[in-house]
Amino acid sequence: MAETTAAADARRRPAIQLDPRVIAGGTIVAILLLTAIAAPLIAPHNPLDQDLLSAQLPPSWSAGGDAAHFFGTDSLGRDTLSRLIYASRIAVIVALVAATLACAIGSLLGLAAGFFRGAVDQVVSRLIDIWMSFPPVLLSIVLAAAVGAGLSSVILAIVVVDWTRFARVVRAETLLQRQLDYVAAAKVAGLTPMAVLFKEVVPNVLPPLVTLLSVEMGIAVLVEAILSFVGLSVSTDTPTWGGMIAEGRQLINQTPWLLALPIGCIIVTVLGFNLLGDGLRTSLDPVQRR
Amino acid sequence: MGNGAVLRRLLLVPPTLFGVAVVVFVLLRVVPGDPVSMMISPGATPADIAALHARYGLDLPIGEQFFVWLKAAVSGDFGISITRRQNVLGLILGRLPATLELVLVATVIAFAIGWGMALLGAYFRRRSPEWVVDGFVAISLAVPDFLWGLLFILLFGVLWPVLPISGRIDPRVGVDFHTGFFLLESLLTGRWTVTGDLLRHLILPAMALALPLSAIVTRVLKASLGEAELQDYAQVARSRGFTRRRVLIREALPNALISTVTLAGVQLTFLIGGTVLVERIFSYEGIGNMAVDAMINRDLPLIQGLVLTFAILFIILNLLIDLFISWLDPRLQHG
Repeated sequence: MAETTAAADARRRPAIQLDPRVIAGGTIVAILLLTAIAAPLIAPHNPLDQDLLSAQLPPSWSAGGDAAHFFGTDSLGRDTLSRLIYASRIAVIVALVAATLACAIGSLLGLAAGFFRGAVDQVVSRLIDIWMSFPPVLLSIVLAAAVGAGLSSVILAIVVVDWTRFARVVRAETLLQRQLDYVAAAKVAGLTPMAVLFKEVVPNVLPPLVTLLSVEMGIAVLVEAILSFVGLSVSTDTPTWGGMIAEGRQLINQTPWLLALPIGCIIVTVLGFNLLGDGLRTSLDPVQRR
Repeated sequence: MGNGAVLRRLLLVPPTLFGVAVVVFVLLRVVPGDPVSMMISPGATPADIAALHARYGLDLPIGEQFFVWLKAAVSGDFGISITRRQNVLGLILGRLPATLELVLVATVIAFAIGWGMALLGAYFRRRSPEWVVDGFVAISLAVPDFLWGLLFILLFGVLWPVLPISGRIDPRVGVDFHTGFFLLESLLTGRWTVTGDLLRHLILPAMALALPLSAIVTRVLKASLGEAELQDYAQVARSRGFTRRRVLIREALPNALISTVTLAGVQLTFLIGGTVLVERIFSYEGIGNMAVDAMINRDLPLIQGLVLTFAILFIILNLLIDLFISWLDPRLQHG
């Protein structure tokens, strides 16, 4: 979604070059999306197939490796490359769904607080204060533990913990925007408060929001990995990067690549979303662009 | 911050803690799942289960449960851990020193790296050392503490095994301590081999926690140093013939510190939150690791006590940072 915004942006103002970070980040995110969608086509093996005769194989290029298993196998003989590919699906679902929901809920509360002020602002601000006195990791683990393992509980945990990121930024930005002349002009022109809010204020709050959404997608991937690592994410039948890290940590001396590979996937993914977000901030902000 | 402001901040502490307690309580009680399910033996009758519920007060309505808990908590009684069958406060106090030592060492490392890097970057502006510093900041920020911990385990525990990757102390070194503050105690009693072993266990988790914070310290301090160097007093000092190095350290650094401490203070709370996972990864026996166990076992009284402990740490820390900033910047005392 973020990419189409950038593309449309570039079409309207052909003189402006795309930020290199948008290109780099967008490429990483696009590869991630394609991998997730095409997982059954590109994975060389079924990620759940066990083969105890070829367990703990090292990557194919090292001594004792098997060409059939490019990144080797785990202690149950499951193909590491295929598991990494299939795990990208969970990462993508969590990134898209959890970040979008957190963004929607947080932004609406932030908009309401910043635009209507008064009691609404008091309630939202106090909620944010309380939320800020938890370590976020602890709160998401509490939530995931309370709701029980599963993809939806991971998503719920991320949304409930991270809505404040959006609420804080959108509230501050809305407070700023509503002071500006164009809002006063719109009111004088006879627009209803709702029309002022959605037709005038919202479009101006969007640029920082797009950046935050992209960064949040990276955070969501991380939180899923964290929850998998402590055994609170989706069931162990579904491969996830965090789950693979937890398994790799157990047998670190025998099969260190099982720990290194999913860590690499997570770092590249988070980097991709961060680059995209940072690049979009500069591309969408007319002041910084000049 | 004058005395009035400190008092106002202190008055806000109880309501915030109350809010935290309510949120945790509601989250843990309204969701499905039975906390005593872990304790039930296969042959338990419904009467046995009901008796267990009654013993932990789980048969009362949720509002009543909360006030029973709150009344006891105010007098320092946080209940009995369901899985460990021990006093929650005692369990937490037994583990807290380990976490505090980890946080302290990590903070010292973060600021040491951050100050060094920032001074280096500011001194060699627009020359190659500055690019190294900027690269360090970018990489340290992109990887969170949890992944740094795993990477360190791979690097220094497996590929180049020079450091221990789990636990707080080697059992062979000796475990006869009078307090929970092993590092401090070993330093005070001059048992250097013990100190050495503790530090060898501490360095990797502390580095994992410190790196992201050190990157933020570097970035903020380097920017403020650059600004401070352009101010009149710095220019005057330069024109009076002081070297750049002296002006940076004696004039610009003290003035740049305030913004750094303010921003880094907020980030320090993230460092404390990070202990949950980093302790888990390094099997370090602190309250973070205990919290993960408590969550997995749905040990409600223990979770409640631990979350409140973290919230209290956050609040105390923020208060200390505010006091420290007003001490650094005398103008704020008369504000």
